[in-house]
Amino acid sequence: MAIARRKFDAVIIGAGGAGMRAALQLSEAGLKVAVLSKVFPTRSHTVAAQGGIAAALGNVTEDNWHWHMYDTVKGSDYLGDQDAIEFMCRQANEVVYELEHFGMPFDRLENGKIYQRPFGGQSQNFGGAQATRSCAAADRTGHAMLHTLYQRNVRANTQFFIEWMGLDLIRDEQGDVLGVTALEMETGEVMVLQAKATLFATGGAGRIFHASTNAFINTGDGLGMAARAGIPLEDMEFWQFHPTGVYGVGVLISEAVRGEGGYLLNKDGERFMQRYAPHAKDLASRDVVSRALTTEIKEGRGCGKDADHLLLKLDHLGADVINMRLPGIREIAIKFAQVDPINEPIPVVPTAHYMMGGIPTNFHGQVVAPYKTGPEEVVQGFYAVGECACVSVHGANRLGTNSLLDIIVFGRAAGNRIIEDLKKNPHHKPLPADATDKVLARLARLENQKGGENVAQVGTALRKTMQAHCGVFRFADMLKQGVSRIGEVAERAAQTEIGDKSRVFNTARIEALELDNLVEVALATMVSAEARNESRGAHARDDFPQRDDDKWLKHTLYFSADRRLDYKPVRLKPLTVESFPPKPRVY
Amino acid sequence: MRFSIYRYDPDKGDQPYMQDYDVALEPSDRMLLDALVRIKSVDDSLSLRRSCREGVCGSDAMNINGRNGLACITPVAGLREPVELRPLPGLPVIRDLIVDMTQFFQQYHSIKPYLINNDPPPETERLQSPAERAELDGVYECILCACCTTACPSFWWNPDKFVGPAGLLQAYRFLADSRDQAGAERLDNLEDPYRLFRCHSIMNCVDACPKGLNPTSAIGKIKDMMVKRTV
Repeated sequence: MAIARRKFDAVIIGAGGAGMRAALQLSEAGLKVAVLSKVFPTRSHTVAAQGGIAAALGNVTEDNWHWHMYDTVKGSDYLGDQDAIEFMCRQANEVVYELEHFGMPFDRLENGKIYQRPFGGQSQNFGGAQATRSCAAADRTGHAMLHTLYQRNVRANTQFFIEWMGLDLIRDEQGDVLGVTALEMETGEVMVLQAKATLFATGGAGRIFHASTNAFINTGDGLGMAARAGIPLEDMEFWQFHPTGVYGVGVLISEAVRGEGGYLLNKDGERFMQRYAPHAKDLASRDVVSRALTTEIKEGRGCGKDADHLLLKLDHLGADVINMRLPGIREIAIKFAQVDPINEPIPVVPTAHYMMGGIPTNFHGQVVAPYKTGPEEVVQGFYAVGECACVSVHGANRLGTNSLLDIIVFGRAAGNRIIEDLKKNPHHKPLPADATDKVLARLARLENQKGGENVAQVGTALRKTMQAHCGVFRFADMLKQGVSRIGEVAERAAQTEIGDKSRVFNTARIEALELDNLVEVALATMVSAEARNESRGAHARDDFPQRDDDKWLKHTLYFSADRRLDYKPVRLKPLTVESFPPKPRVY
Repeated sequence: MRFSIYRYDPDKGDQPYMQDYDVALEPSDRMLLDALVRIKSVDDSLSLRRSCREGVCGSDAMNINGRNGLACITPVAGLREPVELRPLPGLPVIRDLIVDMTQFFQQYHSIKPYLINNDPPPETERLQSPAERAELDGVYECILCACCTTACPSFWWNPDKFVGPAGLLQAYRFLADSRDQAGAERLDNLEDPYRLFRCHSIMNCVDACPKGLNPTSAIGKIKDMMVKRTV
């Protein structure tokens, strides 16, 4: 079968905030760029971000990027790479002003400047008083940002391939990345997109968990493609459980609720966060708050007849503040929890939310992997940004509002880097003869499978296994068992069968291909978590409750081919300032 | 619970038909989308778009018992049975509940949906008072789901010429932005017997909007702007 082929300067997979920010840079530079997305760009999951984007604008309280850097390093439980963190925090103001100039409808203060609100883990003066650093458009910051970026790309005439799914990376013998194979969902056709630069901005993979704030599309496609192509995945044991997902549903309730003055209560009506984080209380880091909620439930202080959730109270903020600053939260609470937060608290539980790990990159967005001479050699032609990448600015725990900053800073940086790199490498390299063999074999397997298992069933087994074995608190025996159970799920996933064989918009086929990617992410997560014998950030081991910097101040690298682990050092040296050495982390 | 769902797969060459499903829902299946996901776990050929499942991405707009809405924020309890599900009206069907939204997005693009300001950007943010910013409330929140536009008879008759309520709501979003400098150009772009003036204020769009927005009111304000600049 002859496969159609098209050539571009750059191909971007994913049209969320990171992909579209990069695309804008490339389109405005006049490069020929293709942006592929499984969904229409404004349906990408950036749209669901609520509370804000961090930048030390100082519009409300005195602030500077260095304090933001300190908070981010501390929030990461010292696993974040300090060169990348300095790079991000230094650029925050500039990229936020740029978004405003693009037309993003930020809320405003009386003096006409961008509105900012407090958020968890953000301090003034290196751990002092609470900072007010989150730049917000009500509680719809992601929506405002994503639509603005799409609009700006319309202006720049960016070429989108809408409802196309990336299938696999194409690498040559040297390991250079030369493009991707992709599937056009409407026609079922497979195409080769050859590119001098391939950028992954495929977002998260929260759908490996049964209870997740993530959209259906968050299936880790970029990680699956990278893993199958021999690229390691970094720090996959670190998953953020957001403290406040709607009980029983999983829909996100923004930390902005607590930023605006809301707080958590247990069944006795106690503000229990005071016990866990005497200084920051409800605005401690998310890992700390999620563990507190889980502990309250475990110790019998949960609410409801099954004592299995807690309450988020905000009625004291008053109808005006709620309607002006938290209108989306009110809408979600009414629809999904059947409570109006103007009168009643919202029932919440910790819910899988964000993947700190991902495809290893440097702060230019270039993918780096061990090859011959060191652990961080650049993979030529391959870039990754946003949640699918591990740069690593979030380390073992991400601060709220740093994800929107991450996607904009590194989306732009990767765009700039690609422009530079293409000046040096202006030609397409020849594609290897077997460029499409593996992916066609994978598709043929799925088409011809007889007597295989239903995709939905295997997916449910995967999500329930991850939920039970790799949650907020982790136990040695459960992790060990989890590794073998997920291994079994992987075998079942390789034998799935679809009933739908249509070429036209075959969502059964898409879901089967997504399952392949979820399996890669789940395996990487479980294997990495089982091996890390310490507690750091979001990885909380029951049997190793302390952080162990002597043995574990290092990044995990997981290799899919033999499910092997390797490690590499944390970059403790920032670009220009002094390093923040690891110290006990209290809030 | 009983459902009757529009089915069409051009790859099979059959005519469209309505298929009945009788499915036992779990207590956790609160929204229509949960029910559809359950049906799909049994019949994987049922095709629909869905993503955020919380009403912000705009993927799963469809016609539910005769009204346009988002499956993910439509509670199943209280829906009349059999629940009749059809693709959004007025757009070509690709397959089952999936419509071709090309025309809808062409109309959106036609209003130049981006801020136009030719002054060199300042070092920091452009200032905007809270009152000026409040003009965008109830306008910028559109999720481009097309529930409104595909509920509008004027769009059904002239989808190539009438911008439609979603596009016009966004036209107003930029006309109302104190930072935008292209007001006159934007009004010129709508000054036409079809693009704006095919709206006859029947307010189907207001009724259909799952986000509670009011395109008719925004269209009225654009018409006022047109009048003001001629007198």
